Amino acid sequence: MTNENNHTIAWQNPMIYLLAFSSGFCIMGIELLGGRILAPFFGSSVHIWGSIITVFMLSLSFGYLAGGKLSTKAASLHRYGLIFICAGIAILPVAFSSQGIMEAIFLAIEDTRYGSLLASMALFFVPTVILGMISPYSVRLLVTDKNKSGQVAGFLYFVSTLGSALGTIITSFYLVLLFEVNDIIMVFSSALIVLGITAMSFHRVSQSKNSLNNPTSNQQGSADE
Amino acid sequence: MNKLVTSLLIAIISNALISSALSTQAMGKTIHSERSLYRNILVEEDSGLRCLKFNVKSAKTQQSCMLVDDPQRLVFNYTKMLFSSLLINPNPEAILIIGLGGGTMSNVLHQIYPKANITNVEIDPAVIKVARNYFDFFENKNITAVAQDGRIFVKRAAIKKQQYDWIILDAFNGDYIPEHLMTQEFLQEVKSLLSDNGVVAANTFSVSKLYNYESATYKAVFGDFFNVKNNNNSNRIILASAKALPKADIIAQRAKALKEKLSPFNVDITKISRKMISTATTQDWPPASPLLTDQYSPANLLNLKN
Repeated sequence: MTNENNHTIAWQNPMIYLLAFSSGFCIMGIELLGGRILAPFFGSSVHIWGSIITVFMLSLSFGYLAGGKLSTKAASLHRYGLIFICAGIAILPVAFSSQGIMEAIFLAIEDTRYGSLLASMALFFVPTVILGMISPYSVRLLVTDKNKSGQVAGFLYFVSTLGSALGTIITSFYLVLLFEVNDIIMVFSSALIVLGITAMSFHRVSQSKNSLNNPTSNQQGSADE
Repeated sequence: MNKLVTSLLIAIISNALISSALSTQAMGKTIHSERSLYRNILVEEDSGLRCLKFNVKSAKTQQSCMLVDDPQRLVFNYTKMLFSSLLINPNPEAILIIGLGGGTMSNVLHQIYPKANITNVEIDPAVIKVARNYFDFFENKNITAVAQDGRIFVKRAAIKKQQYDWIILDAFNGDYIPEHLMTQEFLQEVKSLLSDNGVVAANTFSVSKLYNYESATYKAVFGDFFNVKNNNNSNRIILASAKALPKADIIAQRAKALKEKLSPFNVDITKISRKMISTATTQDWPPASPLLTDQYSPANLLNLKN
C-alpha cells in the first residue's frame, strides 16, 4: 500500500513538468496562429505582430502575478488542474467568436495598429493570463526544499520554454499545412482540458490513498471492525 | 607639334573615360538602395534600363522596369499580358491596382485612359516614394496611391460600396506571397467590388501544388476564368469576371478595335488574345483540389512543394 502510494507521488513531479511543457507549447502555438487570425481584418504588417506580442507578454506578466498569489492559499494538484481546464475553455472564443469580435473592432477603429491591439486584447488576454498562472503555481507544487528552489524553477523554465519553442516550430512548419486554424485551436483547448482533468484525478487518487493509509481515519477504523 | 600631342592625349583620355563609364553601366549600377520596414529596396540601372528590385540575391525579384528614355514602353511580358483584361472590359473608368511596384502600370494606364480614376494600393510607403523619385510615378486628383495592406483596403472599400471596372492584383512576387490575399474570403471581397462589367486580373507566381489550390479557389469564387500564360516563365495572369466570359468572336473583335490604341505601348493585343485559355475548356488542375481559405492558407509552404 505504502509502496503504491510512493509510486503515485513519484509520478507527480514528472506530470507537473509535462503539464508545464504543454502549456508552453499551447501559448506559443496560439500566439503564432494569432497572426493568421488577425490578418484578414488587420493585414500582415509588422505592427500586427507588435500588437500580438505586446498582448501576450502583458497577459503573461499578469498571469505570473495572479498564479503566484493563488499558490499561497491551499495549493493543490486539484486547483492546478482547474487552471488548465479554465485555460482550455478560455481559448474557445478564439475559434468560435473571433469573426464577430474582429468585425466589430474593424468597423469601429480605422487605424489598424489600435484595431489589431484591441482585437488581440479581446481574443488573447484572458486565456493567456490563465496560462501564465501555470508557471508560478508549478513552482509552488514542485518545491519542497528551499535550497533546491532555484534548481526546480530553472528546470521548470527549461521545460516550459522548450515547450514554447516546439509549439512555435511545429505549429508554423507543419500544423498550418495540415489543419485549419480553428481545428488547431480546438486541439490545444481539448489537450489543456484533458491535462487538467488528469491532474485533478491524480489528485483524487493520491488523496484517497492517503486516507486509506492513515490509521486514524474513520473509514479505516470502521473497515477494521 | 605640342598641340597635336595634347589633342591626341585628350582624345585617348576621353575615350578611356567614356568606355569605362559604359562598362560600369553595363554591369548595372545601383542608384538607390534602402531598407524599408518590409524589404530591401534597390533601384538599378543598366544601359538605360532602370529596375526596381526587392532582394539582391534572387533572379526572380525584379519588380518593375522602365526604359529611362522611353518610360511608357512596357518592358515585362506579364505587364503586357495584363492588358488582356481589356478584352473583357474595353472601357475601364475606375481602376484599382493592388501592389504598386514602380508605378509603371498606373502611368501607362493613365496614358491610355486619361479620364480613368486609378487607385494604387501599396503596403510599403517606401516603395511609393521610390516610384515617385525614380520611376516618374504620376499622381493627380484622379490617380492616387494609398499606403495600406491590400486586404484592408478591399474590406473598407466593400463597406463603402465602391465599385471598380478593373482590379489588378499584383502584390505577389516570386519570393513571398501574402497569404491573406489568396483566400476564398478575400476573392469574395474583391468580387463584391466589381462593377457590372468588372474584371479582375491577378498576376501570380504559383508553381506546383499551390497552382492547383489557387486555381480551385478562383474557380469557386468566380466560376470559369481565363489563364494567360507565356510558355517560358512561371507566372500567369488569371482573368476573372463576375459575369460569364466573352466568346472567342467577341474577343477577336475587341482585340482588333484595341490594336492601334495599344501598339505604342509595345503591347500586341492580338498576340496576347491568342494566349487566353478558358478553364471551361482546359482545366489544368485536379477537380478535387482543396481551396485556400482564411482558415487554411499556407500558400508559401505549398509553393515550396514540387
